[in-house]
Amino acid sequence: MFEHYLSLFVKSIFMENLALAFFLGMCTYLAVSKKVETALGLGVAVIVVQGITLPVNNLLYTALLKKGAWTWAGYPELDLTFLGLITYIGVIASMVQILEMALDKFVPSLYNALGIFLPLITVNCAILGGSLLMVERDYNFAESVTFGIGSGVGWALAIIALAGVREKMKYSNVPPALRGLGITFITVGLMAMAFMLFSGIQL
Amino acid sequence: MANKYKEVLLDPIFNNNPIGLQVLGICSALAVTTRLQTAVVMAIAVTLVTAFSNLAVSLIRNHIPSSIRILVEMTIIASLVIIADQFIKAFAYDISKQLSIFVGLIITNCILMGRAEAFALKNPPLISFLDGIGNGLGYTFVLLFVGFFRELLGTGRLFNIPILPVATEGGWYTINGLMVLSPSAFFLIGLLIWALRAWKPEQVEED
Repeated sequence: MFEHYLSLFVKSIFMENLALAFFLGMCTYLAVSKKVETALGLGVAVIVVQGITLPVNNLLYTALLKKGAWTWAGYPELDLTFLGLITYIGVIASMVQILEMALDKFVPSLYNALGIFLPLITVNCAILGGSLLMVERDYNFAESVTFGIGSGVGWALAIIALAGVREKMKYSNVPPALRGLGITFITVGLMAMAFMLFSGIQL
Repeated sequence: MANKYKEVLLDPIFNNNPIGLQVLGICSALAVTTRLQTAVVMAIAVTLVTAFSNLAVSLIRNHIPSSIRILVEMTIIASLVIIADQFIKAFAYDISKQLSIFVGLIITNCILMGRAEAFALKNPPLISFLDGIGNGLGYTFVLLFVGFFRELLGTGRLFNIPILPVATEGGWYTINGLMVLSPSAFFLIGLLIWALRAWKPEQVEED
């Protein structure tokens, strides 16, 4: 039983890395990876939000949206899955807001470190993508906690690694037209190729 | 006046491309381009959703309190994406299976939020609608470019119709397996941006 969760955890970090294998959260991934320090802050914020929203969305899905969830009220045929998108994005937006207020009140030092990144996370598709993948793969509650934290760690790892590469790249002579976005894309491609080595590993 | 409309419509394709220059909406551009068919469906969906969300935001732009505008925009976009999602499920079920979660992810596609924030909130409805179509076309251009090369080099087919005779079936073309995997999408967009900026040097970033 424990092995199943460990395998899911490792898989969500390396083999199915949200950023490099599923291309999720690319906009922020490319925009906020210029410095290792900021990348670290955003990475931690993503792990926290992902670890909270996925289980919450999982509960909402099984309790309200899934077909047959309203059987106790006399509607066994009611299927509200089409409302999923608007529910998940609502949960994500409000979770981010609550987290922001809670951090501000109780852990001001962490709030100052993460401050500007929290609102960005609402539009980070890694979070919404995680919820949609979780529904598509029919994870149960415990699996959704594991997958949430694992995929958050994977995304954080990817953005910190890219930030490290980009900091070093300042010292190299890149062709003018390739500078900035172009070379970043090619670097990410090489990183994705490296991460492909993990695929096929069985635990 | 007509000139201005034309500019808004055509500018995003090369001069101010949402993916190449504004760095918006990259996730889906990379993920759905293994086949041209899915790329086309996705491009149409994004273009229409962007155009109509721009129109809707622009119509009510004078009535939205600025403190909750992001919530309002999100709700409009989410509702439109649900319509698009249900529509694709109803009329192109196989494709909706292949696109999997990426139709839903149109919501967080930053092109929509970006254009609603940057353009629709400040401009009248008609021109906002055209701006949405224009940015959708810029997105479509990149998607078709990437999809074309990935499907042709990765499987020897276009729209699932064999174009290059594949070696495994007795032809001369050996398929490049890397093209259907994720890294090739990054390389292709990187090269596209390189080409675009070599052609239009004013887009080059200063460090």
